[in-house]
Amino acid sequence: MEAFLSNIDRVVDGFSWTVRLTLLSALFSFILGILLTAMRVSPVPLLRGLSTAYVEGIRNTPLTLVLLFCGLGLNSALGLSFADTVATDVFWWAVIGLSAYTSCFVSESLRSGINTIPLGQVEAARSLGLTFTQNLRMIVIPQALRTVVGPLGSVLIALTKNTTVASVAGLGVQEASRQMKLMFDQGIAPVLPTFVGFAIGFLILTLPMGYFFGWLSKRVAVVR
Amino acid sequence: MSAQNSVLFDAPGPRARQRNIVYTVFTVLLAVVGLAVLYLGFNRTLADREGPLFSAATWAVNPDGQWAAEKWEPFLRPDTWTGYVIPGLQNTLTAALTASVLAVLFGLVFGIGRMSERWWIRVPAGAVVEFFRGIPLLMLIFFTMALPIVAWQAFDIPTGTFQVTALAAVVTGLTLYNGSVLAEVFRAGILAVPKGQAEAAQAVGMTRTQTMWQILIPQAITAMMPAIVAQLVVLLKDSALGYIVAFPELLRSFTLLATRESNVIPAAIICAVIYIVINLALSRVAIWLERRNARRGRSSARPTAVGGAPVGVDATGTADGAAAAEAPPEEPDGGGGRKQP
Repeated sequence: MEAFLSNIDRVVDGFSWTVRLTLLSALFSFILGILLTAMRVSPVPLLRGLSTAYVEGIRNTPLTLVLLFCGLGLNSALGLSFADTVATDVFWWAVIGLSAYTSCFVSESLRSGINTIPLGQVEAARSLGLTFTQNLRMIVIPQALRTVVGPLGSVLIALTKNTTVASVAGLGVQEASRQMKLMFDQGIAPVLPTFVGFAIGFLILTLPMGYFFGWLSKRVAVVR
Repeated sequence: MSAQNSVLFDAPGPRARQRNIVYTVFTVLLAVVGLAVLYLGFNRTLADREGPLFSAATWAVNPDGQWAAEKWEPFLRPDTWTGYVIPGLQNTLTAALTASVLAVLFGLVFGIGRMSERWWIRVPAGAVVEFFRGIPLLMLIFFTMALPIVAWQAFDIPTGTFQVTALAAVVTGLTLYNGSVLAEVFRAGILAVPKGQAEAAQAVGMTRTQTMWQILIPQAITAMMPAIVAQLVVLLKDSALGYIVAFPELLRSFTLLATRESNVIPAAIICAVIYIVINLALSRVAIWLERRNARRGRSSARPTAVGGAPVGVDATGTADGAAAAEAPPEEPDGGGGRKQP
């Protein structure tokens, strides 16, 4: 355990990338998810079709493939560079890939939340003369969000764990699981304590998240 | 909420129709621009482009670019399919099927173990489930691969005594993780059977084991089937993580092919299509099962939500697994009886 603890700065560095990936991807996938949901229920057939195709397509593709596509395909093809250093560059590509993937699950959760809103709410809003956008913004989305706090929490936890896939070839973000693998391979610390240490790190991130969202979902639940 | 009878908007009048046309045109324009950027980017990288944007040379198919016919041609040759795709698909399906069977067994043992009345079964089972649900699958796979080193470091067993193949590591990881999620699904499903069922069974003198296997599980299983199948879709998708540990599954075959033919984009597209087709087919099975259950309406248990998260989320982890039993809004496609009037 001492050998592991003497390398604690590497562990902390790994988790700092994990947390950064999680927070930024969560932000972007939330925004994109709301947009996709709005498109999915909109009166314009083309928008509905696009959103459905995107969600069903990406959702059924393995995350590894999505991130590989970002790392090997888009990165070199579009030649977009976000920063001078490779580390920052691949980090942003990983954020894009993770957001593109996670937004599908955000959208699916929100859509199931919309399905639980009593028809009367929407009918009342419409009979008051609210337009579709007003209806969505003031009546539907706020209620749907409050209903799906629990599932959204699960999506966030899944995202936290999925950031480990950003260590895939073509990206190679130095996040926690990659640091763990490097420490295994370089033999700086015994494998078992290293694994336990990193596992505890992830549990520290995910378990409180689960409890927090469980508490929050009860707190904000819509009373009907 | 289907498109035709959506309550979110009225049947469009003249002005709304005009507005919809404007939105449609705008979306088409955006999509065209997006597709054009992708087309040009994969034709020759955007940085390499010489000459003005609107010239025939810029838009012509670059013979070295990803859209050239010869980059797609490998997929018309049978040896590509027999040499790369089919073996990869076989490995993916082998890993996924083995892990599915093992995960269901793991889930049954730990899901039921977690409801035991003996604390020394209940507590360890709960700890195992929470542990494997809370850590990333990839870490589990890495650790399993490193087991010979652990044996050497911790127990002085010389390396080379045993080896862990990539297949074994992937199957172990998939089993432990998805088994833990399934354990929560089973627990939620069994808890969703009305209490009176177990009480009645015990009143007629059945033991707890009999009650569990003859009364609770048969009733819960139909309600749980859609959630189980949805989790198997997740498992199949996660088997692509084997790529990272050089397990020759479908994704790895396609990257090998892409390296040989230098056709990354065609390979990525066709690989994605194969995964999407398989997963959509499996999802259809889940929806069909759910509809069938709703139609038969025999089980007294409420449908189980997918591990506390929307269908297809590849890692589910509410700390409070029983929340899944409280039927949060899930499975929008066939939620049958749960929709509000």
